Amino acid sequence: MYNFEFEKPSSIADAVAALGDEEATALSGGQTLLPTMKQRLASPTKVVSLLGISEMQGICTGDDGALCIGGATSHADVAAGASAYPGLAALAGGIGDPAVRARGTVGGSLANNDPAACYPAGALASGATIVTNAREIAADDYFQGMFTTALDESEIITEVRFPVPQASNYQKFEQPASRFALVGVFVAKYADGVRVAVTGASEEGVHRWTAAEEALSANFSADAVPAAPGADGMIADLHGTAAYRAHLVAVLTKRAVAAAS
Amino acid sequence: MSQVTMTVNGKEMSSDAEGRTLLSQFLRENLGMTGTHVGCDTSQCGACVVHVDGVAVKSCTMLAMEADGAAVSTIEGQAADDGTLNTLQQAFQDHHGLQCGFCTPGMIMSAADLLKTNPKPSEAEVRHHLEGNICRCTGYHNIVKAIMAASGQDVSSIAAE
Amino acid sequence: MPKDHGIGASPKRREDIRFLSGTGNYTDDMNVNGQAYVHFLRSDVAHGRIKSINLDAASAMPGVVKIFTGADFEGVGGIPCGWEITDKHGNAMQEPAHPVLAQGKVRYVGDQIAAVVAETLEQARDAAEAIDVDIEELPAVVDMAGALVDGSTKVHDDLTSNLCYDWGFVEENKPAVEAAFADAAHVTTLELRNNRLIANPMEPRVAIGDFERASGNSTLFTTSQNPHVIRLLMGAFVLGIPEHKLRVVAPDVGGGFGTKIFHYAEEAFCTFAAKALNRAVKWTSTRSEAFISDAHGRDHVTTIQLALDADNNFTAVRTDTMANMGAYLSTFAPSVPTWLHGTLMAGNYKTPLVYVNVKAVFTNTVPVDAYRGAGRPEATYQLERVIDKAALELGLDPIALRRQNFITEFPYATPVAVEYDTGDYHATMDVLEKMADLSGFEARRKASEARGMLRGIGINCYIEACGIAPSNLVGQLGARAGLYESATVRVNATGGLVVMTGSHSHGQGHETAFPQVIAEMIGIDESMVEIEHGDTDKAPMGMGTYGSRSLAVGGSAMVRATEKIIAKTKKIAAHLMEAAEADIELKDGTFSVAGTDKSVAWGDVTLAAYVPHNYPLEDIEPGLEETAFYDPANFTYPSGAYACEVEVDPDTGKVTIEAFNAADDFGNVVNPMIVDGQVHGGIGQGIGQALLENAAYDENGQLLSASYMDYAMPRASDLPFYGVDHSCQTPCTHNPLGVKGCGEAGAIGSPPAVVNAVVNALRSGGHDIHHIDMPVSPSRVWQAMNG
Repeated sequence: MYNFEFEKPSSIADAVAALGDEEATALSGGQTLLPTMKQRLASPTKVVSLLGISEMQGICTGDDGALCIGGATSHADVAAGASAYPGLAALAGGIGDPAVRARGTVGGSLANNDPAACYPAGALASGATIVTNAREIAADDYFQGMFTTALDESEIITEVRFPVPQASNYQKFEQPASRFALVGVFVAKYADGVRVAVTGASEEGVHRWTAAEEALSANFSADAVPAAPGADGMIADLHGTAAYRAHLVAVLTKRAVAAAS
Repeated sequence: MSQVTMTVNGKEMSSDAEGRTLLSQFLRENLGMTGTHVGCDTSQCGACVVHVDGVAVKSCTMLAMEADGAAVSTIEGQAADDGTLNTLQQAFQDHHGLQCGFCTPGMIMSAADLLKTNPKPSEAEVRHHLEGNICRCTGYHNIVKAIMAASGQDVSSIAAE
Repeated sequence: MPKDHGIGASPKRREDIRFLSGTGNYTDDMNVNGQAYVHFLRSDVAHGRIKSINLDAASAMPGVVKIFTGADFEGVGGIPCGWEITDKHGNAMQEPAHPVLAQGKVRYVGDQIAAVVAETLEQARDAAEAIDVDIEELPAVVDMAGALVDGSTKVHDDLTSNLCYDWGFVEENKPAVEAAFADAAHVTTLELRNNRLIANPMEPRVAIGDFERASGNSTLFTTSQNPHVIRLLMGAFVLGIPEHKLRVVAPDVGGGFGTKIFHYAEEAFCTFAAKALNRAVKWTSTRSEAFISDAHGRDHVTTIQLALDADNNFTAVRTDTMANMGAYLSTFAPSVPTWLHGTLMAGNYKTPLVYVNVKAVFTNTVPVDAYRGAGRPEATYQLERVIDKAALELGLDPIALRRQNFITEFPYATPVAVEYDTGDYHATMDVLEKMADLSGFEARRKASEARGMLRGIGINCYIEACGIAPSNLVGQLGARAGLYESATVRVNATGGLVVMTGSHSHGQGHETAFPQVIAEMIGIDESMVEIEHGDTDKAPMGMGTYGSRSLAVGGSAMVRATEKIIAKTKKIAAHLMEAAEADIELKDGTFSVAGTDKSVAWGDVTLAAYVPHNYPLEDIEPGLEETAFYDPANFTYPSGAYACEVEVDPDTGKVTIEAFNAADDFGNVVNPMIVDGQVHGGIGQGIGQALLENAAYDENGQLLSASYMDYAMPRASDLPFYGVDHSCQTPCTHNPLGVKGCGEAGAIGSPPAVVNAVVNALRSGGHDIHHIDMPVSPSRVWQAMNG
């Protein structure tokens, strides 16, 4: 790894100031960033840890009933503490392994937007609001393709607000090596309709499966899940063809609906 | 370089570290505690698992500076001062839960983490908890058995000693 | 009652104490005063011509001690190959030069171009990035069939083609085999691939070279399964250091599985550079580096045919294999697809005629060599898959078909040059049928089907050749080494023993099991025996640990040395008790004179050897230390029968192992606990090969599965508890312990059981499938089900 200067501010304001330097990067749990830096694929000159900021930690319920999770809250803490939103708690409890869940954070995962990560599916299916030091971004606007988000340089996710659905479930079919999602589907049923978000499958990264949303909004049952989406634009690699991934999208959606019903 | 201080197995220890110094490196190279092993560079094998403030983490995926001021527990601190193995270590020996020994420190530290929150885990729970700990020697049979035995469960019906 | 000590007991492992308390001594735990660090600049293209290497900027980087390139190794030897194969025309294999650092060309992604030695590892990495290398990329040779086409790009310009050898075995049998196929009532043909694997011991390789100018002595600390072999190969063939000036130490080693047998360029480099720089040089592989520098395993593409007569007797087997050698010949690479594979093609069956053809092929990939089982898994997989396919085609019960063709009389000379000394294949199958509860399978299948799952069962047999190997035989077959083992047994004055063995333990538990043998022989407590291994300055010579040979060969050497000790102590005891030597008996650590009440304790006799006041000095020397070299008379032939039960999720193609049972015949067993552990680990790796692991290259020679993100290692949640039984014991007839070896069995016996089970499950779901290549991943299963 290249060397860098390390800072661990205790407030959001100080973190934003520290990130103002060119070539500075925010470090949350580091479970993706540090391995990337070990491979020398990232070379920040300054690393700003967000883990010393207490206002970015923790879980609470907002006035509108949404579950609000501090950006630097670990997956383990969400798994244990998000009982108000069991589908999301289960998602967090299934990321990586226990040691990874102890360090990795919701903000870090969403900022990285790995196309096979779990959290993007949860946030998008929930219609979450990504709160940064500067603004609030709707999930539908936030995810902009693999590893790409609406975040500006040095903008940090301070909180994520998840509207709590009536029913929800996340189904992950693991890639056998990395244990990331080969395909993951999050289904969330709200009073005004069903949202279905798919991770792992598409070259566009996390996305909504609108055909399924429409069908399930009309009839929330596994039988209502439409035929698998087309394979065009699906990821093909060592672990599965595009057609296989497309097939899994439908299978997992059915399973998620069945589990949520 | 700046000084990093942590309490390792109950003893305060300090050394100068760079920003990029990983906790695993700090333990092995700066403090000379080589019981913690490094088996991969993608945060998957778990040979490097230690506890930081009571939580199991992969020390190869945490900066030493992030552990400044923390209480760190490693494999070297698991046995009693007179060398007597703790219950979990003893179960690993009793049930042949290790062969080459390289993954063992991480296995012990991960298993200890499990038993803290789940004192009587099922076989499936043990296997699931070891998702981030790879062993190439044992086929996991005797590791799972040892952890269940350490939790006080009767493992005599599990095939083969 | 199980024994509580000696042979057949399961004492807890003494080495566990240090491993469990974090006080093991692995190579990377060691540091030598003043050591520098080396980082290798490795090729990121599979094939290219090095046009220039400019070191100016890099050499000026902070902390750089020296940067070495291929030019620094002109006049230095290359990495040697330890086995020469003679092809079917009687010609020697093509053997390319294998430089320590690339000269002229790079030939695989990972090939080392330059070595940067610096004060710190990070400085070495920084400087490596500043090296300016100009490489003209050439087309990569990746696909074996393509590599053999006339006019294909050549991996080595100075060879005539990419064909290392075309081997036929037994060539003289070929016409008879052809005739048998012409006469067959039924012929089953199966094309398959034995997937390329990466051994992945959890400890990455490490090498520390050291040099002492005053004495001119070199030392290499390395993660090796056989330090003496490294000393011989590196000293004699690469660096020209005589053995008395070179010490090789392999301390605690974190797993090997074959990939730490071989002599690697990094070892030679560190030893060479330490002398050139007069300071120690340390290299620690990262896991990412291991993926592209540790020798890979398997990678065979095969067509096998089985001929049967009208009564379903096997009449002939014919196989055609392309075996990937990678870019260079690793230490034992040529022997794996030939002698370690062809000689096993009779399997457990009395097939009278066998012909094996193997074409070994150079490609622009990491060198391929032995991995747990080495050749024997490939043979077993082909044979046991084609038998299952034949049973399907003929509508026969796969167990009955096997039983009908079992060899039942021993010794048995196979048509592929080996003679099985003992075995009882019906007995292991009988045990297996009970363990696997075959009669309950249909009910279990129905229960699975009720949950929407397909259930299948697969069984297979295996035989392997272990206890490698008779030196005169392997010499005729092309080995450039003897394959004996040595041991020195030193008895101290107060009666304790130290055994210095050439076998190396890197997980096998020799420190616990070897003393059990001596304790049994002398009748003393195991705690009186200590095992030393892994240091060329201690054991006289050693061929190391692989091929399940440690106990069968290394243990036999120890037995022979101990017999010499016992003979000498009996002489001393006879003198002390004024009795005839022939009347002396040794039991429970006490010498007695037959028919009298006279006795003298073990410790009194050993003390007399060192305090020879009352001692037959005219007949024997004082002191008590003996050395023996043991050269086996034959291979050993462990065998067994395995059963795997799987569930397949028809929606996703995911295979789950529901049960795995193994009935093995290892001959006599010294420590059942350790044997069980060896079988567990082997099965884990075999299931890994069958379901998960795959070292895949793209057409440009880039390794696609180059980290644990893409190379699927088996985890605890992928594997079940295994049923293991080794109660069938037909002792080996030609070694003193009657042991056969158990280290590789699991990895050899398990892959066909898994694939047989998956095929069985899919067929139960109405899918007309005869074969799926390994790894039987969810996507492949789904593909097979959905055309």
